[in-house]
Amino acid sequence: MALRSTDILTQTPQGLYCPLGDFHIDPVRPVKRALITHGHSDHARSGHRAVMATRETLLIMGVRYGADFADTTQEAPLGESLRVGDVTVRFTPAGHVLGSAQISIEAGGTRVVVSGDYKRAEDPTCLSYELVPCDVFITEATFGLPVFRHPDTRGEVRKLLDSVALFPERAHIVGAYALGKAQRVMALLREEGYEKPIYLHGAMERLTEFYKSEGIPLGETPKVVAAERPKLAGAIVICPPSSIQDLWSRRFPDPVTCFASGWMRVRARARQKGVELPLVISDHSDWDDLCRTIRETGAGEVWVTHGQEDALVHWCMTHGIKARPLHMLGYGDEGEAEEAPATAEAGETA
Amino acid sequence: MNRFAALLDRLAYEPRRNAKLRLLMDYFRHTPDPDRGYALAAMTGALMFKEAKPGLIRGLVEERTDPVLFRMSYHYVGDLAETTALIWPAPGHESVAPASAEPAIGHNNPPPHVPTISEVVETLATTSKSDLPARVAEWMDALDETGRWALIKLITRELRVGVSARLAKTAVAQLGGFEPDEVELIWHGLEPPYEDLFAWVEGRGEKPESGNPAPFRPPMLSHPLEDEDFEKLDASEFMAEWKWDGIRLQAVSGHGSDGRPVRKIYSRTGEDVSRAFPDLVEALTFEGAIDGELLIVREGRVQSFNVLQQRLNRKAVTPKLIAEFPAHLRVYDILTEGDEDLRNLPFRERRQRLEALVARMGDPRIDLSPMVPFGSWDELAAARSDPASVGAGPDADAIEGCMIKRANSPYLPGRPKGYWYKWKRDPYLVDAVMMYGQRGHGKRSSFYSDYTFGVWRDGPGGEELVPVGKAYHGFTDEELVKLDRYVRNHTVNRFGPVREVEYGKDRGLVLEVAFEGLQRSTRHKSGVAMRFPRINRIRWDKPAAEADRIETLEKILERGEKEVYPLKAQKARREEA
Repeated sequence: MALRSTDILTQTPQGLYCPLGDFHIDPVRPVKRALITHGHSDHARSGHRAVMATRETLLIMGVRYGADFADTTQEAPLGESLRVGDVTVRFTPAGHVLGSAQISIEAGGTRVVVSGDYKRAEDPTCLSYELVPCDVFITEATFGLPVFRHPDTRGEVRKLLDSVALFPERAHIVGAYALGKAQRVMALLREEGYEKPIYLHGAMERLTEFYKSEGIPLGETPKVVAAERPKLAGAIVICPPSSIQDLWSRRFPDPVTCFASGWMRVRARARQKGVELPLVISDHSDWDDLCRTIRETGAGEVWVTHGQEDALVHWCMTHGIKARPLHMLGYGDEGEAEEAPATAEAGETA
Repeated sequence: MNRFAALLDRLAYEPRRNAKLRLLMDYFRHTPDPDRGYALAAMTGALMFKEAKPGLIRGLVEERTDPVLFRMSYHYVGDLAETTALIWPAPGHESVAPASAEPAIGHNNPPPHVPTISEVVETLATTSKSDLPARVAEWMDALDETGRWALIKLITRELRVGVSARLAKTAVAQLGGFEPDEVELIWHGLEPPYEDLFAWVEGRGEKPESGNPAPFRPPMLSHPLEDEDFEKLDASEFMAEWKWDGIRLQAVSGHGSDGRPVRKIYSRTGEDVSRAFPDLVEALTFEGAIDGELLIVREGRVQSFNVLQQRLNRKAVTPKLIAEFPAHLRVYDILTEGDEDLRNLPFRERRQRLEALVARMGDPRIDLSPMVPFGSWDELAAARSDPASVGAGPDADAIEGCMIKRANSPYLPGRPKGYWYKWKRDPYLVDAVMMYGQRGHGKRSSFYSDYTFGVWRDGPGGEELVPVGKAYHGFTDEELVKLDRYVRNHTVNRFGPVREVEYGKDRGLVLEVAFEGLQRSTRHKSGVAMRFPRINRIRWDKPAAEADRIETLEKILERGEKEVYPLKAQKARREEA
């Protein structure tokens, strides 16, 4: 007899919990055993006793929290089935950032996939999303409204390069999340043939070095020296989103404020942040890809963790797929968690 | 259309006025007639399409999208034009279409034609109502996201890219090194696409004649008075008058070329509102331009702003409406008289000319805003806090503070520094508890930025909170981020764009709300309605149980009613005794 989906996965205050395997996935509070989908700080927190994740995610957590972020760690090789308690788990690439994975849980003939954050668009800095057919699909809905259709990233990067050509006397300050987005923007710039140094805010340095050590070519990326700022006319500088409106960025020559984020699709969002050059580049699925992915998994039931749950649930129901919103708190505030003092809005990541 | 769309897109992201001006001038310089003229018309609100209405766009997009998804998207984006531009489904976009829709068949048509702005404007003006939806849909398919956004803004006549009509005219004037006022004075005689205007500013043609013998002139505006200003300002150099709680108007009267009188009433932004006030228009028996406040006066007494609104909100101006809400102009400045421009005279001299003019007219519908005599700032402060004591009499309730004007100030367009100040009455304050948060619009879209708040009252099951108002400003951007997060993290119920938050004796967030006045209201559960409520302070420290009770508001209300209806209040007191 097939198990009910709630026997495999339930919701607890700590986050999603698998009773048969006695573990949590991306818990927001310290737990005994945590399986982590990816290294963003709202999903990968420190203080758990045992952590299982991909090799890259474990390394990223080490970079961020120090080597002792958990009592014990276990690497989950991509594509390998592992036994945890009474269930079988498997990590598969999610295409979100370096090391990001979906976690599928199987027991008694039922497969539940927790996708974490994922995207279908091309990204030179991480493995592409791999479809895992399943019975129950747990999805995010960060951009779960049909107004979010991410354009081709090349066009967005060209917009930046055109502006740099047009205003050679100004510095272009690009806000981007420190893990994933920043490195993706650098890699895209390189793909478009930009060969000059890309300057980095100090907060970008360690993770960028980590990406390079994983064999991702990002070219020359010097750290900005405070005294050099007024001399960086014509340069591209990448910094955390919170720094684009900081005094820090005002010291550059007549800075052009840019922000690389899926939120830039909505004008009011760009204006709220004082952005002059919005770059619509996202590490999440847009509306069309959310819908496509749900259909392709063949799941008969969908749970929506965080973001714009209501619209996606509505779409599922009108397309004959059982769906429910989980209204989970504590996710999607990566910008905030990573950059004190907080300036990013609650409920959003890149 | 693409060029115009790109201009609007750049303007929308450009906060600096001077940069906007440069973008506009660049566009006008490099765009041929008649495209640039239609763009200017769009930005000055001069376009009017009889059949193309916002409803048309709505109908089109509703046909192609799931209504629930559209509504959710609109609540999130906060702008109809942008929502439609973003959600507009390319043929075959199944994920937005209503579930019942037939899947679109493959399309082998030639690439669609991208229209120019002139084509769009001319087609919108001439196409019949029945043909319009198909044409607009064709354009929508042909344009990209930015183009669709601009097209919809054009049709709905709400550009909202931070460019006023004044700024657009300034850009045109500066093409030829002229003052914006020169364009303003001939503006009402011009028609889109303004080829004669561009010819003149580019030195290729004569200055167009002003076709309007009663033109609008930009009004002079004041600055709010700050406490520290008193130390810098010498009271003897200033004159004061009451600040009336009405609507600023400019009344202009002249003669057409046929010798017939031309009388116009303009709003402070230059909109011709003459048709709404026929009773006032017929009273403009002078020749010149005067500046004053629209009020409703019944039996010699100025009515509250609430009463004025009842006249403003009507579409049809009937004799009954005029009799019930008689319009009155309380004047405080004069810009021209006959052919004479008085704007360079000092305020003191203009005032004398104005007094003489009003006396000559002798019409009860137009009277002078009296001067408030004072010898020192302290004396003026006393008058401001109790206008009734210094001659305002029964009109005291329609006074919202003082206007302070430098006696030698010329009449300058815009908001020049150092001449005119407004000194508003202190607001009322009340501590209330947040009950609901709603997503904002425009700049605030997707933030929970509109808050409904309540005060305590005795209910059937003990003390309960009753909503008394809603406020969406008064806080800083940083505070907005915190309030938004508060709403998200304390949600107990969701109703579309509205979230109910936790509140009760032992939980909830106290907001110190400032407001200008109270009115009784049958539409509100609490029976009161606030004027201009805003968040004065967020009381993160204050327990919800210590917020104010409805009786606090009742007291303010009773005090106000004694002033507005002194007879009724006296009668009530007699009955009590």
